[in-house]
This record gives sequence, structure tokens and C-alpha cells, in this order.
Amino acid sequence: MSASHGHAASHDEQIKHTLEHWAHEPFWKKYIFSIDHKVIGLQYAICSMVFLLIGFGMMLLMRWQLAYPNQPLPLIGGILGESLFPGGVMSPDTYNQLGAMHGTIMIFLGVVPLSVGGFGNYLLPIQVGAHDMAFPKLNMASFWVFFIGGMIMMFSFLAPGGAAASGWTSYPPLSVTAQNAQSYWLVGMVFLITSSLLGSVNTIVTAIQLRVRGLSFMRWPVLVWAQVITAFLLLLAFPPLEAAGVLQLMDRLAGTSFFMPSGLVVSGEVLQVSGGGNPILWQHLFWFLAHPEVYVLILPAVGIVGEIIATNTRKPLYGYRTLVYSMLFLGFTSFIVWAHHMFMTGMGTTLSSFFQATTMIISIPSVIVLTTYLLTLWGASIRYTVPMLFALAFLPMFAIGGLTGLPLGLTASDIHLHDTYYVIGHFHYVVAPGTLFALMAGVYHWYPKVTGRMFNETLGKIHFWGSIVSINFIFMPMLLMGMMGVSRRLYDQTVYAHGAAGQSYNLVMSWGAWALAIFQIPFIWNLIVSLKKGKVVTEENPWGGTTLEWATPTPPPHTNFLHEVEVFRDPYQYSPNRNLLPQFVKE
Amino acid sequence: MSSHDSPEEIKKAVKLYIGIFVALLFLTLVTVGVSYIHLSVGKAVALALFVASIKASLVALFFMHLKDERKIIYATIGLTGVLFVFLMSISMYL
Amino acid sequence: MSLIPYIDHEHPVTGVTNAKFGIWLFLASEVMLFGALFSTYIILRTGATVWPHGYEVLNIPMGTLNTAILITSSVTIVLAWAALKMRQLPKFKLYMGLTCLLSLIFLVIKYFEYAAKFHHGYYPATNTYFAIYFVITGLHGLHIIGGIVVNAYLLGPGSKMYATEPERFTGRVECAGLYWHFVDLVWIFVFPILYLL
Repeated sequence: MSASHGHAASHDEQIKHTLEHWAHEPFWKKYIFSIDHKVIGLQYAICSMVFLLIGFGMMLLMRWQLAYPNQPLPLIGGILGESLFPGGVMSPDTYNQLGAMHGTIMIFLGVVPLSVGGFGNYLLPIQVGAHDMAFPKLNMASFWVFFIGGMIMMFSFLAPGGAAASGWTSYPPLSVTAQNAQSYWLVGMVFLITSSLLGSVNTIVTAIQLRVRGLSFMRWPVLVWAQVITAFLLLLAFPPLEAAGVLQLMDRLAGTSFFMPSGLVVSGEVLQVSGGGNPILWQHLFWFLAHPEVYVLILPAVGIVGEIIATNTRKPLYGYRTLVYSMLFLGFTSFIVWAHHMFMTGMGTTLSSFFQATTMIISIPSVIVLTTYLLTLWGASIRYTVPMLFALAFLPMFAIGGLTGLPLGLTASDIHLHDTYYVIGHFHYVVAPGTLFALMAGVYHWYPKVTGRMFNETLGKIHFWGSIVSINFIFMPMLLMGMMGVSRRLYDQTVYAHGAAGQSYNLVMSWGAWALAIFQIPFIWNLIVSLKKGKVVTEENPWGGTTLEWATPTPPPHTNFLHEVEVFRDPYQYSPNRNLLPQFVKE
Repeated sequence: MSSHDSPEEIKKAVKLYIGIFVALLFLTLVTVGVSYIHLSVGKAVALALFVASIKASLVALFFMHLKDERKIIYATIGLTGVLFVFLMSISMYL
Repeated sequence: MSLIPYIDHEHPVTGVTNAKFGIWLFLASEVMLFGALFSTYIILRTGATVWPHGYEVLNIPMGTLNTAILITSSVTIVLAWAALKMRQLPKFKLYMGLTCLLSLIFLVIKYFEYAAKFHHGYYPATNTYFAIYFVITGLHGLHIIGGIVVNAYLLGPGSKMYATEPERFTGRVECAGLYWHFVDLVWIFVFPILYLL
């Protein structure tokens, strides 16, 4: 494992030796139970993209019920069976299961594993000049623990009573009394959280300890900063949810009353529990994680967009230091805003004023981040590659998401907007045309480096334009419907007069969603077919990047680099005369 | 402790560990003894946590070698400490 | 994997090996895990109409003995590490063996405590006091079991590494020690809070 004693092999010799050894490893060690961070990163990426598709599919089903309430779903309704779709019509319980699992899958099995497990694992070691993560075996373990957690979540649909159906937020007492696979959800979460914790340790140690000579902190690519801050958020915010998950599991399985108040009456009967518990305790513990979690969702995306904008404007990123300090401030402040999700739980004005203030303050670094990116675009000669299109679209979409958060953070307006479609519109703007677009941008941007092939430009542009248009048809009406007072998580809003008044929006949104689905076909086709049919890329730096991933062969070998690398300057150093001055080139 | 400690330094450290051990046992007896006095709730909690904190500091500084560690570990612990306070503040709201 | 640096020597700037940094980060997450449970304890206790004093319900002598046992095991594990630093493998094995033995005794005493509670009909479902008592001590107990597994491994098959890479093995024992001290640290707070207050 460590250097052989007695003979001082040069670094280059060690690289050769490692590559030779790796070449003789069996298939299962190289690609299945692999310790190579690139293989693990791809495993995370492919798994998470499949999960994203599954979560998306669940929403496509829900959108039928929303657009055409109580009407049988053609074809699919029959196939999915009488218990879920009696007479071809989605049952309310099925709707709740799909809703809870859509959120859970998209966040914990989709976006975070893709941005942190996929992009983080693949790119971080390379961007700091390392040959692998600090703890390769731990890295492999975290993937397989994630995979088991994912399987538990997916198989929970087959449990008696169906999958968890109490929202991704799993509020007690409903989640405790629910006769379904809520316990599977809790166990699955424990696996997913454990995987995250192990991964975070790896990220932080690798970025700080394994960075190559010359790579000081202020020379880190923005993506590295984003991943390290995200890792700290995951490391320190997830454990309280893990504890809370254990407590809820105890309430469900061992009859404890951590979250069950005394004297609770369910279906006309007094619940036989010891009582003395507090449902709001769950909310506090849950949101203590779940607020930093949303910054986990956005930060790697911000990092990816930064890399792509720098590369395609061929200018230094405007305000690198400001950007870094803003991200650090954002990460830290994310720990003291959580109760803005709980304004309607009856808290006093002192408390709500505090959280309102911190929530307003946390909007500032987000604005600074967007501003530095916009100022980078100013005066730039922009190269409109497919990744750049997605990265550019991220900016206004994230802006809308962020701005719509403000009325939610202000308690006065939150009274009207809490738990309405406005909230759904707000957070989907940030995560869907926000983070997901950034992740797609990243997939396109690094595709040539990872696969050694170029994707099809035309298919990419069709994917982009179709997606950006249809996605706005989905989420913009939600903001309007929310302002009309339509609650979220409703099976059939037409039972209310104000709901019926907004029903026409549902038609627009559902057709937008189905259109968005169609426009993902060119994306999936492109990714798969370009592996064989795409133009071969052999050059190390096809886009003209300045960070260390563009110093590796294409695709990178097991050791990432064939020679020892060194960093000589800040990233993103472009200039009119020299054109391109990568970090790793001497002069 | 750096990896370049001489045997003499280690022997001195061992003496220190035994000393800390005795102190910890003594403080444990103090905590238990005080509990028999049945002070008022506020005083009892404050005293119990105070003694526990001293014991914890001894374990952390000497057994866990925190006294000799560098900034990065202190920074990690410091950040965790601040966030721990935020987490404990939940108990003030309900 | 010889290409990964700072496995058996410290990074010049941070002053730690990768493993040591890693274990401290892991311990940071554990602080937040137990912190959530302590927060829960405070909330449940302050919100309750009745709440027993620890000394009314739990066995103080057993708890005190367990505290002493755990503190002693903390000393033995640091002495085990010191023995490795002085390149004295037999002494390491003695102290690590003692650590494992003491930890097992802790668990045995815990078993008797739990059995007594169950015998008297006190379960987690009985009331919130017992619910939080069993969860905090139970989770702590699981951490003890995890620690025993690691320490036993280092005592047994893991110690083979000492012959070829003594520095790296010493580092591993140090990291295991850091985890073990943390488990002791948690108990230093759990004991007065649950047993004495």
C-alpha cells in the first residue's frame, strides 16, 4: 500500500508502476467494487440520473391527476393496478405516496448524489492535483451504502400500505401513525445520511491535505470551494436528522412518544401511547438539517456555473475573493435560518423576528454570487456552447427562485403564502431550472474529458431550448396559483372555490411537464449514442480551461496525471495577449 | 504529539496520563458526592455540567492530544462548537 | 495507493496525517449527533409535568462504576499508543487487551442495568424519561460496540501491520484512540445528566 522501502522511486516511476498494476486488476475491482474516484463518481452519476428520471416520472403521473382530476389515466392507469389506480384513477393515497417519494428521491437520490457524489467525486481530486481521494476504500463504501439506501427507498413501494406518504418532511404525528413504509423511509435515510457523512470527510481531507504544490486555498477553483463548503454543511447538519430519524423510528416501532403529544385522538379514538412528546421537536430537528440541505443543493451548482462561465467568457472570474467569502458566509449562515420553515407553528414574535432577520441577511451572499457572475459576462466575448447556454440560463432562473424566497422569508407575507403552491414554485425554480440546469451544463461541459467523445451540438441545443421554455410553463403558474391561496399537496384542488378558479393553470403546468419530459429524450439519446458515434476527442484541453482537470489525458487514466503537476498561478487567468494561461503551465 | 517524540518524552507523557487519570476518578467521585446533597435544580445542573466540562477538557486536551494540535483541528472543533450551540438553542424555543 | 501522501507522516501546513484529520471531522459530526439527543432531552424534560430525578430511578453505584471503567479504558488505550511510540509491541497488546476487556465489562454492567429495568416493566414506551434514557445510552452503547470491534481488530489481525509499517500502525491506533476518547467524553456528560440530575 505505501511506498516500498529502501528504494526511492521517483514520482513518475510510481505513477507508471501504479498504472501497470491497475491494468492487471480484474473487471469487478476496476469497475464494480472500484476504489478509483472516477469510477465511483460515474457510478454515483449514472445511478442518480436514473433516480432523477424515476422521480420525474412520478411527478409526470401526478400531473395527470392535477390536470384532469378524478379521470382515469389512459393506458398507464390500467397497468399500474387496481390498488394504486382503482378504475384507472389515481387514488388519493397513491398521490400522497408519489408526492412524498418524488421529493425524497429528487433531493436525496438525485440532485445531491449527482452534484456531490458524481461531480464532486470525479472532479475534486483532479482539480486539486491529487491522484485519488484521501480514503479510496471509504469512498467506495459510501457509494455502496448510498446504493443500499436507494434500493430501500425504491423497494418501499412494495411494502404493505405502500411507500411513505407523509411528504418528504415526514411530520409527526401523521408519519408516526401512518400504516405504510415510513419506517423503510427512515431506515433508508439512515443509510443515505451515513453515505453522505463518509463522503464529506473524504472531500474535506482530500481538498486540504492532498492539494498539489502551489495550490493555496485562494487558488482553488470555485467548484472546489463549493464542494468543500457543501461537505461541511453535510457533515455538521445531517447528524441531527439522523438522530431525529432514529427517534421517529422508535416512536413507530418501539411505542415511544418523542413526537407524540398526550391525549392525541386519531379517527375518534385516543391513541394508546405514553404521550408527553412534542411534534414541533421533529420540525426543529428536521429543518436544522433541511435548511443547510438546500444550500447543499445549490452550492455545487454555483461552482459548476462558475467554471463554465469562466471557460466560455475567457475572462478571469470577476470578484473571485468576494465570491469565495460569500459562499463561506452563506454556508455558515445557513445554520441559523431554519425556523423560517416554521413561521406558522405558533412561535412568538421575538423568535420569528430573529429568523426573519437572518433569512433576509442570507439573501445577500446569494445576490453577490449572481452579481459576480453577471459582471464576468460584462464585456466578455461569449462562446455559446451547449454547457454555456445552460449555465447562462441558470442565472435568471436562480434569480427568480431567490427573489420569490423573499416574501416567504418575511413573516407578514409568509402567513398567506406558507404551504401554498407559491412555495413549490419558489423552491422548484431554484432546484429545477436552477441546480438541475447547472448539473446538465456540467454533464455537457465535462463529457468530452470523461468519455473522450464530443456530444452532438444540435441535440444539445434542442434539449436546451425545449427545456428552458417548457420548464417555465411548469413553475411560473405555481407562483400565481399560490398567491391565489391554493394549498400544496392537494389531491384535487377543485373541491375548493379558489382552487377551482386556478384549475386552468394546472392544464398549462401538466402539458409543460410532459413537454419537458419529451425534451429530455434528445439529452438521454445524446449522452448514450455519442459514446460510440461522437467525434473522438484526444486533446487534453478541448474547451481551453485553466484548472487542473484540463491537464490530464482525455479520458484520464487511473492515476489522473501521468506526471507530477504543480500550480503556478490563480485559476481563470485569460488575457488578450496570452489568450490562455492555465494554472498548471509554467510560463 | 508529533511523530518525532523521543522515548523520554513519551515516558513523561505516560506519567502525565496517569496523573490525569487520577484527577478524572477524583472528579467523578466529586460529581457523585455532590448529587447526594440535592441542591436546587439550577445549581445542581450548573455544577454537574461544570465538573463534566472540566473532565471533558482533561480528556480532550491530554488524552486526545488537543493541547499539541494545530490550527486546522482547532478550527474544526471551533466551527463545530458554534454550530453545537445553535443546535442546543432549539431547546430554548419549545 | 503509494501515490497518496500524508498517510504515515504529517502534512507540513496542517500538521496532521489524513487519517487524523478525517477522524476529527467524523468526531465533529458525532458531536452534532449526540447534541441533537441532548437537545431532545432538555425539551422533553422542560416540557414534562412530571420527570423523575436520575437517582430515583437509576442505579448510581453501577453508573459510577461504569464511569470509572470507561475512564480507565481511556487511559489504557492512550498507554497502548504510547507503548507503540516506544516500539514496545507486547506492552501495546497488554494495554489494548485491557481496553477491550474493560469495554466488555462496561457492556455487561449495562446489560444488567437494562435487564433490571425490563424486569420491573420499564421500557422505552413507558414514558419519555425512559424513552430518552434508552435511546441515549443505547446509541452510546452501539458506539462502544463499534469501538470494541475496531480495537479488537487492531489488537489481533490488524497488528500484523506493525511489522512492516510501524508508523502507519501507530497512526491507526492513535485514531482509534481518538474515537474511543470521544465515546468516553460523551459518557462523561451522559452520566451526570441522566443518573444524577
